[in-house]
Amino acid sequence: MLNASILTWLILLPAIGAVLVLLLPARFARGFSLVLTLALFVMALHLPAHFNYSQTGGFQFQRDILWITNPAIRYHVGVDGLSMWLVVLVAFLAPLGVLISWRSVGERQRAFYSLLLLQQTAMYGVFVALDLMLYYAFWELSIVPLALLIGIFGRSGSGRSAALKFFLYAFIPSALLLVGMLWLYAQTGTFDLVLLRQQLHGASTGPHAAGLWLVSLAFLLAFAVKAPVFPLHGWLRDGIQEAPPAVAMILAGKLGLYSLLRWHVELFPTEAAHVAPLMVALAVIGILYGALMALVQTDVKRLAAYATLSAVSFIVLGIYSFSAASLDGAAFQILNESISAGALFMLLGILYERYGTFDMTRLGGVAARLPQLATLFVITTLALIGLPSLGNFVGEFLILSGSFSAHPALVAAATVGVILSAAYMLWMVQRVFYGVPSNGAALTGTDVNWRERAAVWPTVALMIALGVASPFWMRALDRSLPQVAARMAAVTAPMQTASARLYGRTASAR
Amino acid sequence: MTPSLHLWLLPLLPLAGFVLNGLWGRRLPQAMVSAIALLFPLAAFAQVLWICTQVSSFALPHVERFATPWIAVPGFHANFSFLLDQLTLVMLLVVTGVGFLIHLYSVGYMAHEEGYWRFFSYLNLFLFFMLTLVLAANFLLLFVGWEGVGLASYLLIGFYYTKDSAANAGKKAFIVNRIGDFGFLLAMFLLIAHFGTLSFASVFAAITAHPTMQGGVLTGIALLLVLGATGKSAQIPLYVWLPDAMEGPTPVSALIHAATMVTAGVYMIARTHVLFDRSPAALTVVATIGTATAFFAATVAVTQNDIKRVLAYSTISQLGYMFLACGVATYSMGVFHLVTHAFFKALLFLAAGSVIHALGGQQDMRTMGGLRKKLPVTFWTMTAAVLAISGFFPFAGFFSKDAILAATYMAPNGGKIFYAVGLFTAGLTAYYMFRLWYMTFFGAPRYTEQPHEAHAGHGHAHGVHESPWVMLLPLVVLGLLSLAGGWIGWPTALGGNDWFGHFLAPVFRDATANVQLLHAEPSAGLERMLSVVSMLAAAIGWFLADQKYRRKPLAPEEPKSAFSDLVAHKYWIDELYGAVVVRPLLAFSRVALAGAVESGIIDGTNRAWTRIAGAGSNGVRRIQSGNIRSYAGWLAAGAAAVLLIVLYFAHLY
Repeated sequence: MLNASILTWLILLPAIGAVLVLLLPARFARGFSLVLTLALFVMALHLPAHFNYSQTGGFQFQRDILWITNPAIRYHVGVDGLSMWLVVLVAFLAPLGVLISWRSVGERQRAFYSLLLLQQTAMYGVFVALDLMLYYAFWELSIVPLALLIGIFGRSGSGRSAALKFFLYAFIPSALLLVGMLWLYAQTGTFDLVLLRQQLHGASTGPHAAGLWLVSLAFLLAFAVKAPVFPLHGWLRDGIQEAPPAVAMILAGKLGLYSLLRWHVELFPTEAAHVAPLMVALAVIGILYGALMALVQTDVKRLAAYATLSAVSFIVLGIYSFSAASLDGAAFQILNESISAGALFMLLGILYERYGTFDMTRLGGVAARLPQLATLFVITTLALIGLPSLGNFVGEFLILSGSFSAHPALVAAATVGVILSAAYMLWMVQRVFYGVPSNGAALTGTDVNWRERAAVWPTVALMIALGVASPFWMRALDRSLPQVAARMAAVTAPMQTASARLYGRTASAR
Repeated sequence: MTPSLHLWLLPLLPLAGFVLNGLWGRRLPQAMVSAIALLFPLAAFAQVLWICTQVSSFALPHVERFATPWIAVPGFHANFSFLLDQLTLVMLLVVTGVGFLIHLYSVGYMAHEEGYWRFFSYLNLFLFFMLTLVLAANFLLLFVGWEGVGLASYLLIGFYYTKDSAANAGKKAFIVNRIGDFGFLLAMFLLIAHFGTLSFASVFAAITAHPTMQGGVLTGIALLLVLGATGKSAQIPLYVWLPDAMEGPTPVSALIHAATMVTAGVYMIARTHVLFDRSPAALTVVATIGTATAFFAATVAVTQNDIKRVLAYSTISQLGYMFLACGVATYSMGVFHLVTHAFFKALLFLAAGSVIHALGGQQDMRTMGGLRKKLPVTFWTMTAAVLAISGFFPFAGFFSKDAILAATYMAPNGGKIFYAVGLFTAGLTAYYMFRLWYMTFFGAPRYTEQPHEAHAGHGHAHGVHESPWVMLLPLVVLGLLSLAGGWIGWPTALGGNDWFGHFLAPVFRDATANVQLLHAEPSAGLERMLSVVSMLAAAIGWFLADQKYRRKPLAPEEPKSAFSDLVAHKYWIDELYGAVVVRPLLAFSRVALAGAVESGIIDGTNRAWTRIAGAGSNGVRRIQSGNIRSYAGWLAAGAAAVLLIVLYFAHLY
């Protein structure tokens, strides 16, 4: 049955494609990649079409075979409502990434598309792996192609240092992650997510509580760097600045955020609950810090990098607030953020192809020359600043309203980010697009062509669809995340009673 | 089948116009663009009229909603649900009626502009969001319209986007409104936390069910909503965007920045009056803001020479009256003034647009004068509007402003102070409006007949001439409404029956039920006396303007005083905000964040990482113990090696 093998095909085909691309003549590389990624997208749509929306909890489309007996590593893949939509998201963005690289990647096309396809395999793997060791293999695999893509195809001479920075940031915590995994295996004898969750239940008060704490922190660190969470964003600015659009689209956000949710919060609920106040505080700092940094940039790509930090921090806030609404909102916002930021990076790429600069002081008046690009840019901006009726608003609203009861003051501070995001994004739109064409550069250039339109319009259509028809996606998300919320509530309830006793207060009636 | 009013269709009609013109308008002929842009709002207006005929067979408030929810997660639910009651109906008539007239006017006004299709698609988009705003049956859907009209406003203020001042003004409008929206958002978070819902019906029912619920969190919610309202309705402290918004084309100023969008704050307070009724503190804040803004903006209006800026400050001032009315819990009078203001202020802007159109884009009143004979229709309709806004019997503004002042006079808690300031402001209003009237239409002409080329965007103008009929028709209709539009609220004390107040009474029924706010109705004699007093104030204003501007319309240089200097510079508020908020924030970001944190700590850590990585790889080489933990190091070193080879020896393959 296709249901049992679909995820395996999704993992396997891009890897096979990555090899084939290297064997094909270079001129076929991009065409082949486009066809393959489109085919994968169609295949990925099989998932929502055949997803059992009435099944609460648990995984679907599963495949579970013993891979290595000792240590017991299984090939266990499967998706729940959350990871299913992330798989579809990856599949959706891939052909767009190919389209947007069509002309901008001139040399070494085979290497570029091969790495891009390899990256697809890694991302699918991360989202569907239910065995910790399998997951780790894909996690590591996801780092290398990205680093290479930034290093080789970076836009300036500093691509190599940016790649190295990204690599070190991603890799060193991953080594700790591996150590933690092995410790877990030593204690439990399994790498399987479901079994681990059962075995770790109640372990926080057991004899290995201290070890568990350290392991959970190792996991947290590895994922938080990748998200990134303030102050671990040191790689983000240079990484995004150097990355070609197709890479910038997938560099930050979903991998780390998903991992935080699945492999930190779900695996270590007690430890996650203890560390949550810190994470919420860091998220709020990240929201404001990213926004204020974006406010003072003159390079649009750097601005986008800090805007990304701010947007990702919103999702972190949602995850670590643990309410059903905030978790649903956070998961939903991963989709929104990936799509709207993806559109932004594509549009910045289009801009760069024409003017060869990201420096706002050298741009200006572009709208007079490229009205269609300006239109698409403004729509994307509106999505990013959370205009109601576009997707990001729904996610942001659920995150903030869902977190408000638990952290009113911090959420109020986070909401200031809504003002700041409008400020820096509209400021950028004005500097780049409005005004009189200020220099020779702005007078040249042609408006978006059919290929670029084909890449950007689908994202715009989705921004609107996500904004007005959220239940379509929420239906599946809502099969998994409220359970996480319920489990977290069960974990935090005794903690709250304890702290209430400590401060001589009664637990809030609500 | 249950009868339905098809409320969902109402906003979708202008949305269809937006989509058609937005996607294909560039390629369509101008007549086609106009047809699309006019037909859809006209159809919406027709539907509203149809609703008016049907509404008697419906129990109000009447709610219609889509079967599928908009947002549904555990613990929170929001529908696409539309609410129709008397208040909605009034708003719908104003928005679609005045909205259509201004669309019609724009066909003439914008005829020779580049981006004609773009203008009309934005205008239709505005109507879509405005209708969503007034029809929404929950806070969140109202917020969609709320931010959506802000977007339309942003796009239309910045319509001439190659002009820096226009682009700046659009951005400023959006950001300042976002500060208000911040309050609105927090109010919604509080509502969800305390009531678990954002539906108007549920929230208000929950409040009504607890007669003792007073102040406290309700005050908090109400004050946060007020912050939102001060943004949208341009009140202190967030009014600063509206004068700059005059950078937009004049029909936009009439529709969005006078008649409809800026009244959304007043509408919202009226819609959520159940909250405000329970919070005397919040009401006092509303009344104080309204009175202060009305007075403050009027003093600035006196000093402005740009005809549109006078009207902009006048709008801020009149919105202050509406706030004042809400602040003394006479919401229906606030809505009444909203309606009459929509008529006469839209007319003032459109007439000003007609003058600007005739003069080839000139907006400075010092270069106008003597236009009475050249632009007779514009002159007479504008006269009706000036009389209306000044509050002369029997023009529309008289009834609504007088009702507000009378109610304020009777209000407990400092009503007399509000009344005195409001009365003085009424005099000021008459003064600056007649100043505008005299400077524009009387005296010797001070304009020069512009050469053909210099008509920025109005290149067809050959000398000063009256506008085409498509612009004059809306002027005449609004002129009649400015005269007779107030008669629907003719007070009983003056022999009428206050039909409007009775019509809205069911919506605001609970307002009077609240003991704290119950204030006595003024006696007929007192009300008549108050009317005479406010007419007197207006007459004094007219008289002073007459003395100063009729004989020698170009005001001589006034003796400089510290105060007049302060007023002429609009009290330096923009500069103050820049110095206190914007610049410190940017400086903090540059120095403390970008400088200290990012360059120092974050990048410093980066350098440390690199060094540690270098040292670590040495260490790894030494501990090849076969220990399982060193796999991590091996993996790292191996991958790093691959990376280095690919990066630095890429030329080898």
